[in-house]
Amino acid sequence: MKAPDFVYVRPGSIAEALALLADTDADATPLAGGQSLMPMMNFRVAAPGKLVDLNGLAELRGLRVENGMVRIGAMTRYAELLASDDIRENIPLFGLALPHVAHAAIRNRGTIGGSVALADPAAEIPALLLVLEAEIHMQGLAGTRAIAAEDFFLGLYETALQEGEIVTEIVVPARKTTEQFGFYEFARRHGDYAMAGVALKVGGPDHCRIGFFGVADRAIRATRAEVAYRDGGVPAAMAALDDLPFDGDLNAAAKTKRHLAGIALKRAFEGIS
Amino acid sequence: MTQTQTISLTINGEAVTATVPVRSNLVDFLRNDLGLTGSHVGCEHGVCGACTLEVDGAMIRGCLMLAVQADGATVTTVEGLADSPRGQALRDAFHRRNALQCGYCTPGMLASALEYVEAGRPADRAAIREHISGNYCRCTGYQAVVDAICDLIGQGAKA
Repeated sequence: MKAPDFVYVRPGSIAEALALLADTDADATPLAGGQSLMPMMNFRVAAPGKLVDLNGLAELRGLRVENGMVRIGAMTRYAELLASDDIRENIPLFGLALPHVAHAAIRNRGTIGGSVALADPAAEIPALLLVLEAEIHMQGLAGTRAIAAEDFFLGLYETALQEGEIVTEIVVPARKTTEQFGFYEFARRHGDYAMAGVALKVGGPDHCRIGFFGVADRAIRATRAEVAYRDGGVPAAMAALDDLPFDGDLNAAAKTKRHLAGIALKRAFEGIS
Repeated sequence: MTQTQTISLTINGEAVTATVPVRSNLVDFLRNDLGLTGSHVGCEHGVCGACTLEVDGAMIRGCLMLAVQADGATVTTVEGLADSPRGQALRDAFHRRNALQCGYCTPGMLASALEYVEAGRPADRAAIREHISGNYCRCTGYQAVVDAICDLIGQGAKA
């Protein structure tokens, strides 16, 4: 189908974008890469009155490494992340995971901030940011604020982002030399949304962070499995997933997701680098 | 009333100025307003790859970009490829290897193939399959498409 009619504006600065988004009567929605919002509009699941296109905001593009942190502009595209030497060196988990984000043509348009703001439960980015202990930076007319990824993803397409705010920057700690990373996902076809997937950061035999996606209403940390790993290694972690709020979907029932999550975890640990 | 905006862009080397409904996506604008029907419309939600075309040197989904967003951009469609040396070698390779049957996916497949080849990537069948995984083909089983792309990379290596 075709998208319903709307008003289209392309602001030239963050301040201008925020002023446009503050007009609540207009039912304004920010447009990032459009690789999820556009299909939703074509399906008429979404029908914003006004689209505020963020693609003209150069200040939201690009990334830099500063004081041990990688600061990524929200409108940086997946293809740019995959091509970046700074990302390769400092966030190796992105190198493992981002090739699984949809397809090459989608990665040429889709943005990291768009994925964060949408919070699709089957998307890779939210789980990666949980595992990497990233911080989400937001800006609204009231000012700027930052929230840990762990406190940002609240539910199905639900985040800590307030109306009128946009995600401006994602700040990720650069890898420490002792850290290793793992990633695995089950999808029906390469590039499809995951049926179940997991990202790992392993700091040593007694420390890891585990983040699942595609298994519940949001990306979710498996804290019990992290503790179990410290005490009993990978088999113990695999056995400590029952408390996660597994949700069934079109692809698989909750019970199947529970099974796939365990296998994904095992394979992610086998592949850590 | 339908919202419209006037855009100016370069399409297949020609400067174009047009007034478009803002809700029109790029591929509908190319097909319906300009008669460039080489780019195809399939699923209209970014899954099938039939509308894949080149904007500012990167392949994108023509159904997931608004025509107004292409203001100032350089767009190349399969019609533009047909006349260029880069497109001709690709077309010959697809022809030689029987890499199409009904042809519905072909314009998008060519755009994806070209991005792969021009990035200087290797004739690695698994990597090629991964790269074209966003372009559905219901005729060839992809084998012949991968053959054609490998062929083209081989030619480049010899040249």
